[in-house]
Amino acid sequence: MNTPAPLRAAFRQAITEAWASGAGALLPIGFFAGAAMLVPFTVGTDAAQLAAIGTGVLWVALALASLVSMERLFQADLEDGTLDLWAQEETPLFLVAATKILAHWLVSGLPLVLLTPLIGLTLQLPADALLPAMLAYGLGGLAFFLWGGVAGALAASVPRGGLLIALLALPLFIPTAIFGGLAAQPDGETSNLLFLAASTLFALGVAPFAASAALRLAVD
Amino acid sequence: MISIFANPHRFMALSRWLAPVCLIAGVALIAWSVWQGLWVVPKDDYQGGDIMRAMFIHVPSAWLAMGSYLGLALASFVWFIWRHELADMAAKSIAPLGAGYTAMCLATGSIWGKPTWGTWWLWDDARMMSVLVMFFLFLGYMALRAAMDTRQKAAKAGAILAMVGAVNVPLIKFSVDIWASLHQGASVIRMDGPAMPAVYLTPLLIGALGHMIFFAALTLTLMRAEVWQRRADVILARKLAGG
Amino acid sequence: MTDGLLIEADGLGAVRGERILFSGLHLTVRPGEAIVLRGPNGSGKSTLLRIIAGLSQPAVGEVRLDGTHHWIGHRNAIKPHETPRQHLQHWARAWGSSADPVEIANRMGLERPLDVAGRLLSAGQRRRTALGRLLLSERPVWLLDEPFTALDTNGRALLAEMMATHRATGGGIIAALHGEAPFEADREMVL
Repeated sequence: MNTPAPLRAAFRQAITEAWASGAGALLPIGFFAGAAMLVPFTVGTDAAQLAAIGTGVLWVALALASLVSMERLFQADLEDGTLDLWAQEETPLFLVAATKILAHWLVSGLPLVLLTPLIGLTLQLPADALLPAMLAYGLGGLAFFLWGGVAGALAASVPRGGLLIALLALPLFIPTAIFGGLAAQPDGETSNLLFLAASTLFALGVAPFAASAALRLAVD
Repeated sequence: MISIFANPHRFMALSRWLAPVCLIAGVALIAWSVWQGLWVVPKDDYQGGDIMRAMFIHVPSAWLAMGSYLGLALASFVWFIWRHELADMAAKSIAPLGAGYTAMCLATGSIWGKPTWGTWWLWDDARMMSVLVMFFLFLGYMALRAAMDTRQKAAKAGAILAMVGAVNVPLIKFSVDIWASLHQGASVIRMDGPAMPAVYLTPLLIGALGHMIFFAALTLTLMRAEVWQRRADVILARKLAGG
Repeated sequence: MTDGLLIEADGLGAVRGERILFSGLHLTVRPGEAIVLRGPNGSGKSTLLRIIAGLSQPAVGEVRLDGTHHWIGHRNAIKPHETPRQHLQHWARAWGSSADPVEIANRMGLERPLDVAGRLLSAGQRRRTALGRLLLSERPVWLLDEPFTALDTNGRALLAEMMATHRATGGGIIAALHGEAPFEADREMVL
């Protein structure tokens, strides 16, 4: 059995589905920008204060925005029967789950990372630190999507499971939030970036298996 | 030992007397340690005066909070591998008790913190943060189980989540420790460890033992209720099937 | 596995909630055979099919399948944005099939809605699209859950003909059905 072919097909289907849903893929971006925009209105416009909390604001907005579309990631496949077909393939289901999460991250997660310098500028963060920090946001966002994917798979059969997904996923976000928050600081140390990368790798190793176990449960 | 608990009939026969015995023993030990803590031992002004007496509830709660998550993860693992129904009942019963003990740990810690640290909540303390995370893990576990439409699905979903949480706990603990060490403000109070005088340590350890036994009694009672519930469901299902 | 069997299920039992759906169920399918599952709603026809397909785990017993299988469930697995052409192309890619998706769509009577998005298709057109998957790759076992639902007279005849061809080439079929079967079944099993 040729493993890459089914995964390529799954990837392609996930991307076209996101593309066809139009505004659906843009929702996390709007949410991300909107949440960050609210901050100056709540804490005031003092430049030093905004600069002090800017990194944290970006991380919180990134964490919440990555949960926005997680509810439909596997639920749609469960409801229309696609998941039944994937669960019967010889291709391991954890690879299919990982492919779908990665495709989802490319469509809904990466744009958020690309947006961080822009929003960082409005939050008075030093401009020269914003581009290097994108690596941290990229790594952290991937971990958010992986753990969010596990929560989404667990809640796939739950109607209106969005809040449940947030409750399940947010505690798992903590290491990423801590190391990410430290690594994205303008004077961040390299060791924090390495810790962040390690915790993302850990998520990459654990989350697909947990998600596939949860998906097997959902089709049962 | 495991084989006794794997058989529902033997479990019911054993827990029938074990649960009340544990309940009485646990309550007696807790009562003694609370009496010692509140009226007998001298107050320690360095730890905040009379308020340090909260330790006799706070520290056992913290230990029980950690222990109950470990128990939840172990029970989930046993169910996942061997599908012993009693393991799932144990996991289901531990979750609300563990959430209760984590909440009690946070509440007593906060009450103790106000006069000592000058604030109800101190984010700097890594242990308190870890307990807070555990509280959310318990809440998520219970919410997920409640959202599943059959018992089998609740058991499996709960087991997956508990195991994912358990493998994450070391990483969470490590990251929170690093983070707390960077944000160190007020001095973190040390009240466990060998430095503690025996006059405090004895009632504390006895109290902790009492809480453990009490916890076991409640777990057994909830598991018994679950066994009865399932028996009732089977009778109901037979009636509905017209048999 | 006994020689020459496509499907062998032994001592199968399934439980839903606290209710026993069936127990001690034995079932075999030889090449060329078609088995019809019957029973009222909630009797466990779909559950049995899902157990044979490996989607659900039986409470007791085991299932052995010789080779791969096709699955047609209640839900057609068609995405809202997917046209019949895209759907068949997608699964042809996933299965490494060299069959021409457009030709199969034509055989399924989908010339006109070939490029209409799934959400705009009629129930019968969606069902025809899903059934087209059966022709994408040669798989010895077909597991069909109420496959005639939503099909018109033409569609029913078309599916019956596909099933006959499949059996003639040594394939086996298990189908859960309501109403009369528009094909000759070897055995009926009542749950």
